[in-house]
Parts: sequence; structure tokens; C-alpha cells
Amino acid sequence: MTERWPLVDTTLRERMAVAVADPVVRPRVARAVDRFAGHRVEGLADLVDADGLRRVARSVKAQILADLPAQLSLLAERAEAGGTRVHWAASADDANRIIGDLAAGARVVKSKSMATEEIGLNEALEARGCRVVETDLGEWIIQLAGETPSHIIAPALHHDRHSILEVFERVAQAHGVAAEPAALNAFARERLRAEFLAAEVGVTGVNFAVAETGSLVLVTNEGNGRLTTSLPRMHVAVLGMERLVRTWAELDLMLCLLTRSATGQPLTSYTSVVTGPRRPGEPDGPDELHLVIVDNGRSDLLGSDLHEMLACVRCGACLNVCPVYRQTGGHAYGWVYPGPMGAVLTPVLAAVHAPPSPATDTATGHAAEVADASTLCGACMQACPVEIPLQDLLLTLRRRKAASASRPERAGWRAWSEAWSRRAGYEASTKAATWGRGLGRHARLVPGASRWTDGRAA
Amino acid sequence: MLRGMQVALMITCLVDVFEPGVADATVEVLTAAGCAVTCPLGQTCCGQPAWNAGFAEDAARVARTTLAALEGELAAGAEAIVAPAGSCTAMVRVFWPELFETVGDPEAAERARAVAARTWELTELLGHLDLPPLALAAPTRVAWHHSCHLLRELGAVDGPGALLATVEGCERVSWSADERCCGFGGMFSFKLPEVAVAMADDKLASLADAAPRADVVVGSDSSCLIHLRGRAEAEGRPIRTQHVAELIAAALPSTEGVGSGAGEPA
Repeated sequence: MTERWPLVDTTLRERMAVAVADPVVRPRVARAVDRFAGHRVEGLADLVDADGLRRVARSVKAQILADLPAQLSLLAERAEAGGTRVHWAASADDANRIIGDLAAGARVVKSKSMATEEIGLNEALEARGCRVVETDLGEWIIQLAGETPSHIIAPALHHDRHSILEVFERVAQAHGVAAEPAALNAFARERLRAEFLAAEVGVTGVNFAVAETGSLVLVTNEGNGRLTTSLPRMHVAVLGMERLVRTWAELDLMLCLLTRSATGQPLTSYTSVVTGPRRPGEPDGPDELHLVIVDNGRSDLLGSDLHEMLACVRCGACLNVCPVYRQTGGHAYGWVYPGPMGAVLTPVLAAVHAPPSPATDTATGHAAEVADASTLCGACMQACPVEIPLQDLLLTLRRRKAASASRPERAGWRAWSEAWSRRAGYEASTKAATWGRGLGRHARLVPGASRWTDGRAA
Repeated sequence: MLRGMQVALMITCLVDVFEPGVADATVEVLTAAGCAVTCPLGQTCCGQPAWNAGFAEDAARVARTTLAALEGELAAGAEAIVAPAGSCTAMVRVFWPELFETVGDPEAAERARAVAARTWELTELLGHLDLPPLALAAPTRVAWHHSCHLLRELGAVDGPGALLATVEGCERVSWSADERCCGFGGMFSFKLPEVAVAMADDKLASLADAAPRADVVVGSDSSCLIHLRGRAEAEGRPIRTQHVAELIAAALPSTEGVGSGAGEPA
């Protein structure tokens, strides 16, 4: 993780207080998540039994994770057999070094990938002399603006058409472009088309890897994913190591839920399947295809009491229904993943990058406190297409955090529990101003008995 | 319909200390439904604040006290335990077994399951009881606040919809944000108070979309209602809050006794 992440030197409360005080971004976020959440409900409504499918998806994901090492080996074997070069990256630094060695000095185009945000790939490639251009419209906007994604599927959700035009004019020398979606799109398309044509390396994430055929599946709505995977002579795909299904039948199930949960679409505009580099006689596709399988802390989750988080398909549904995210947007979470899934992932995946600082209220650092960014209302669990028990995972993280909490915090809870585990202590600590005090032991109440308590200070 | 039930009140610490009128109203309503109500005095709190903060041992220490009090009441003949709070009911029914398992006390977890099987949130139980005809003195437009635990942990997808529908003069208005968390969240509102306030304000602001305009926000959790009421007062919003027990108590025939459960001042 690079120093740009706010997590490093601010507290969760500081960031969230700033976010809710923003009169411009807050309503934009609320409008956007309402739209997404509405589309999700409509999208799932055309399935006969969406909740049944969610249960099946959870079960399938659990089976995959239980067999993950073997499935990853199979994926690597099948991918290599099809001409893909497979690289294993234990950490973000490993991944950046591998990709940097492949792409050093090249012109790079990227399609949207949260995994590459997580490892800080753009900065790493720029340090290796690359020119890196994001080609997803939202990603390009925030790249120009020097910002980070505020939503995992809509990275520029905190912008509107006017602020986008402002960025285009200020950073990309746009002139005479109207603040209308079609005009803004046309401007971006023209600029990005030139980047595609000149690019030597295309970098993408992977929505799902299919082990049985060694295939990489990308879902996009703008077509930039296809261009990124097919125009440059080299395609580098970055796969979070849990983003795998065993079979095409499982892919069918996961895609069915992913796109509906994300945008409400039965399928996104483009579903790209990449199985190896260009073969002799094929008209397009890269000469080289590299698959970089990234661990970066995921192995620590595997088999742990948080392992269910590895089932996440990155649809963003939990963000869209989260009443906290609705107020704060994504930047306030402080790291790459926001919302409920981010509140679980940040303490685990970002912790190694965010050591304790004097401003931190617990010994485990700023990353751990992101688990507090939830009221545990449960809306996220109801929206999750793979039924991840996000609320339970947040509680698990809070118990971990409590175990290393400051001495005063632990002492405070201890004093409370000692007092309230006895009726006398409870009454003393509430200054005896309780309703129950007016009752005798096991008092049988009759109509009108409530007047017993009249006159007691409330 | 059940008559003459022996019901033990889990009063909840929050109602006990801050909203005694809700306790009065709960007793009044249950009594009107023919229940004999007792209140085991050994109870303190369900332990939820500590559980949600990650301090499971402290939560268990407090929960054991209330568990023993409720158990004693069941042993003494109570047929049901009822709480005027979805959140505390969910703690007992859903999270107590998990809490005791977490701290390595399977014996308490087993006892908790037995208590959980007999524990009801007030409006859940009222749905099975025979109440006298209910009528409000003045027509009232009610916006129902789905508290998160009652809705999502206890599965009351329509809240006490059927019950409210029987109350003459009570008109339930639709509210786009009725299922959205109010922002209280226990320790959440202490750790991230700015967000908690923003959530309450947003939820209250969405009441402006409700057609027709609501007179009162009614819910089953005093914690949420205190939070929303505090923000409504701070912002000068013309909306009251009322616990559902107080609404039902106010709708009881006048011969059923006059308690202090007639709602809150505007």
C-alpha cells in the first residue's frame, strides 16, 4: 500500500466526520446507491428463486474455498497448457515486481480492477517508467483527478457530470465539451481510443477464473475490457487468488447473481472470456498472456474464522444498501475497499500496511477500527449474493480488536460488567432511577399497578 | 387466541432507566390482553453493548445474570418472556447462544436456547393474544420504523402491521426509508457520532416523501426512537416518536385503566 491511503494517518471518525459534512458529495452518493439498489431488486425479481440461488452460491463458494489450493493448481495447469504464463505473487510487492518486469517502460492501458488498486500497481508501474492509462470511464476520471475509487463498481460515484467536465477541462484540456453524458463519453472515447491503439501492454483484473479450462472471465459495460485484452501485444491479468470457480456451470450461477446484484443487469454488455493468447491463424488477441495470481494476505483468511469473506464476488450490493456508506461514501473508509465488505477486508488485508501510530486508539492500528464502521443493521447480509455473514465477521473482527484494546477501554467494560452482573450494582450505577425498582420481587402486576412507579425520577 | 398467559417482562435496561412510560404501557397492554405479568427483579441487561463492541466475556458476565433471572421466572410458572424491544429480544433469541458458545460456556448456551424458545418481542406476542377493541381518540397517521433487529433478525417483515390495522383511527403511511437503520447502533453512536446523526437526519428527512404526512414515528425499540426524537427536536422537525406499546395502550378502552402510557408530548 502506498502512503496515499488516508488510513495511514487519520482515524475513522475523523474521515467519516469530514465525509458527512460534505454537502455536495453526500447527496450524490445517496442518489447513486438508491439507483443501484433499486436496479438490484428489479434484476433479481426475474429469477424464479433468487434467495435459493444465493444459498446455492454460498454453498458452491464454500466448496471451492475448501479445495482452493488444488483448484488453483488446476487453473494454473490448464492455463499454462493453453499458452498462458502463470505467476504467483505472495504479496503486493511481489505482484508489482512481476508486472513491472514484464511491462517496464511500456505504454500500459488498464481496465477497471480493484485487485490492482489494492496492490498499488499504477504507482509501481510509473516508477518503472511506464505510462499507465485507466480506460474504464469512471477509473479514468478519478485517475485524472488524482483520486481513489469511492465504490468498487462505480469508482467515480462521488462525481456528477459537472464535476467530471471540470476534471476533463482542468486535467485533460477538454474544450467546448457539454456537461452531458453523451458529450463527456464521446470526449473520453476519442482520447482513450488513441491510448488503446498506442498501448503495448493491457492490464486487467479477473472477475472469475474457470479452473477446468484455465479461462479468465471479465464483465464490463463499456467494451474497454475487450480492447485492453485484445489490442496490445501483451495482456497481464491480475487475479485475487479466491476469485475462482471450478466449472462453467458454476460460472453460470455466479455471473447470474453477480451482474444482477451489481447493476441489475441479467448480463453486462460485454462478457469476455480469455483462454490463452492469440493462436496461429486468429485475427486478434495478445502475443503474450500473463496471469498473476495474488495472495497478499488472503492465505491468512483461508481456514480462519473469517474465511467466508473469501467468497466475495465484488458486486458492491452491500455498499449500495449500507446506511453508513450512504452517508459517508467510500473514501472515508480510508483504504481501497469501502462499505461492509471493506469494513471486513480492511482490518485483514490493510493491517500489514498500516502499523500502529500515536493517534491510534488500539494497539492493532487504524486498519482494525474500520470494523466499527457498521451499525450491524444486517442489510448487507440480506443483499449479499453469496450470503456472506458480514455482520458475524465484523463481530469476529471486533472481538480480535477488543483483545488488544487499550487498558482503560478494557477496564471500563470490566467495571461495567462487574456492576451490571449484580442487581445492586446495576441500581447503584443507574442511580436507582429504574422502573423495576418500584416492584417487589416477582411482583404480580395488576391493572393500575403502573402507578406504583409514579413520582420516580425518570 | 391465547388467554390468561403468565408473562414475565424482560424490561430491558434502556426502558428501565430512560423510558419508564414504555414499561407502564407494556404492562397495561399485556394486562388488557388477559395476561398475568410479572417482572423478575434480578434482571439487568442482555449484554448487547459489550457483545457488539467485541467484549464477549463482559457481555457474558452480564447476560448470565439476566439469563438466571428469566430462567427463574420460567421455573416459577411463566409461560413466556416478553420484551418491549426488538433488539434485546434478538440478543436473547439469536445472539445469546452464540455469545455463550464464544466464551466457552456451552452449558449457559444450552440454557439460553431454552429461554430463547420462550422469548418474544412485544408485538410478536400481541399478534397471538386477544386484545379488546382498539381505538385512538384522534385520527393519527403513523410511520412505522422497522428497527433492524426486529426486521432482520426476528423476521417481522411487516412489523406489527396486522395489529396496527385493527386500531381504529390509526392510519399507517408508507415511508420509503422505513427499513433503513436510524443510526443509533448502540456503541456506534458513541464511536461515530457524526455518522449516527447524519443517518437519523437522513431517515427523518425522507419522511417528507411520505404521503400523506405522518404525525408520529412508531417503533418497537426505544433506543431508535430516542435517537430519532433527539434529532427531530434538534432540527425542529414537526414529528413525534412513540413506542408501539404506548400507541396500543392509548388505544385501549378507557375502562382498562389509565396509565401513563398515553404517548409523549408533541
